[in-house]
Amino acid sequence: MKPKNAGRTAVASSRTRHDWEETTLRKALEKIPERKAAFTTVSSLPIERLYTAQDLKDWDPADRLGFPGEPPFTRGVQPTLYRGRLWTMRQFAGFGTAEDTNRRFHYLLEHGQTGLSVAFDLPTLMGRDSDDPLAEGEVGREGVAIDTLADMEVLFKGIPLDRVSTSMTINAPAAVILAMYLAVAEKQGVPLAKLEGTVQNDILKEYIAQKEWIYPPVPSLRIITDMVAFCTARVPKWNTISISGYHIREAGSTAAQELAFTLADGIGYVQACVEAGQDVDAFAPRFSFFFNSHNDFFEEIAKLRAARRMWCAIMRDRFHARSQRSWMLRTHVQTAGCSLTAQQPYGNVVRVTIQALAAILGGTQSLHTNALDETLALPTEDSARIALRTQQIIAEESGVANTVDPLAGSYFVESLTNRLEQEAWKYIRAIDGMGGIVPAIEQGFPQREIAEASYLYQKQVDQAEKIVVGVNRYTEGDTMKAPLLKIGPEVERGQVDRLLSVRAGRDRERHARALWELEESASGKANLMEAILEAIRAYASVGEICEALKKVFSVYREGRVHL
Amino acid sequence: MTRGGRKVRLLIGKVGLDGHDRGAKIVARALRDAGFEVIYTGLHQTPEMVVATALQEDVDGIGLSLLSGAHNTIFPKVMKLLAEKNSADIMVFGGGIIPEEDLPRLQEAGIRKIFTPGTTTQEFIDWVKENVQPRRR
Repeated sequence: MKPKNAGRTAVASSRTRHDWEETTLRKALEKIPERKAAFTTVSSLPIERLYTAQDLKDWDPADRLGFPGEPPFTRGVQPTLYRGRLWTMRQFAGFGTAEDTNRRFHYLLEHGQTGLSVAFDLPTLMGRDSDDPLAEGEVGREGVAIDTLADMEVLFKGIPLDRVSTSMTINAPAAVILAMYLAVAEKQGVPLAKLEGTVQNDILKEYIAQKEWIYPPVPSLRIITDMVAFCTARVPKWNTISISGYHIREAGSTAAQELAFTLADGIGYVQACVEAGQDVDAFAPRFSFFFNSHNDFFEEIAKLRAARRMWCAIMRDRFHARSQRSWMLRTHVQTAGCSLTAQQPYGNVVRVTIQALAAILGGTQSLHTNALDETLALPTEDSARIALRTQQIIAEESGVANTVDPLAGSYFVESLTNRLEQEAWKYIRAIDGMGGIVPAIEQGFPQREIAEASYLYQKQVDQAEKIVVGVNRYTEGDTMKAPLLKIGPEVERGQVDRLLSVRAGRDRERHARALWELEESASGKANLMEAILEAIRAYASVGEICEALKKVFSVYREGRVHL
Repeated sequence: MTRGGRKVRLLIGKVGLDGHDRGAKIVARALRDAGFEVIYTGLHQTPEMVVATALQEDVDGIGLSLLSGAHNTIFPKVMKLLAEKNSADIMVFGGGIIPEEDLPRLQEAGIRKIFTPGTTTQEFIDWVKENVQPRRR
């Protein structure tokens, strides 16, 4: 027996988009006009009313999609994605003293977190000691204060380093902090080859976006290539650079700019290591990425899918890497801090959920979900738990982890993925035309593009062209207040006291010799890591080591700022 | 913005080690577009550097930006240095990640206004028009 609707189906399949527009659509628009003349993403990319097979008519899925775990990796780098293992739920944590953060780490591990992620305070990030005049008021405030190996020993007390993977968000002094981690492992009797983790170590995006630099770009890249070579030989499971779009986005870029500048930074690092004589397939598999997940759900999914496809092309065609592991873009994602509102902060839980879902549908390898109070302070234990629970609910209850890359083949998602890719290639070609990312940064090109995008977005929010719930619409009822974590001034005093006692108690001769040898290594061509490691073992502080390197490398000064 | 025959001059200062300059740059540009003369210090300024620039540039107002949480230490220090230089009449305002409960303390130190997240550019432009006058000299 024929199905009842067989006749109607035949009619429907012969109808074109044009037919639909002239009849059904026209009538609908006469009755209810659309809400806006133009619909755009949060990054102001235009979005059409409808996407159909026409939008993908020149699009070859064999070439553009492939299969999961195979080039071009659009569908993900793992063949079974989350069916094999869920993404790593990695909540960034750190505040106050090493003891405070060590307690938070034990708490998070007991609550099911599967990897550690260390946030350092601003003086540490800038390579300055807690008693530096510029550190006043900043110690332990945005992350944990680390001055010497003594602090690092406390930070990882009771945490066997061969049984956790640790991500450390540190850039300009990354080699110094990594050396401290290695020294703790030595003391714990853990072989370096067993260590797993990541240092962010992405200095290029500091010049572009986050602005936590010490030395100029060229010596900074020398430190990085030395560290990469050291890890390839001695700490083979360590992820040496986490090439970060997160901060570029937070600085106000569009999604396409985030994608483009991040990949351009990646090209810069691969190029620097190759020029330093390293084999691309020896180091490239240990580069990973770190993207933002902002509010625009499909744009974020498209961005992550496009990123994998583009990196595969870059590594295969531009750098002629032979190993497929070099072609794979593995990434961490953090939900967008800049999207959170101080007004009606509980609404942030919903924003974070949507952003987290986008990251997961985009195929991320690990994820940090922001806490609802992070526009005002570091998270409290309660808000940190809600953030982690958000991931667990998505993982265990929503069903989205049951199949690989569920949105593949969607006319819209594939079109948007293509569009993000095209936009990003335009930027990468422009940067190539300037001679690469370092000259582009020196000319202020990415900085200027981001400042323009950020100003435009602010104007759109001011004029309510872009809606932010609780800020420029639905503003009534701002009665919910989140309790805030307090960092008292005693943290700074305690940390400075500990630093002074370490300085008083260390072997002066070994310390002086180590710093002198570090300067010698920096002036010559020897790999810096051995000298840094020896200085750490001699309990030299982060500030002392960075000062020694500044004598040789000088300090970076930002050029004219584009307003 | 012209008051009493000359433009109001403003200094937008990024104090401390904090590198988050998205907001400060938007504020500087929006004030410039609104007709003020605006000088932006760039990053990583100490309170001493900000005050020295303010005096050298002869500004009428200073906007301080800080998102790292060190405002309770750094903002009052700027006020103290201004007073020492007999320049407490320079109108100082600020913005950043500043919890509401810290506001009374900062106001007590002499900061006239703190703009918190979600402020529109028009709101601070209006406030500056209303409150910052050319200094008598």
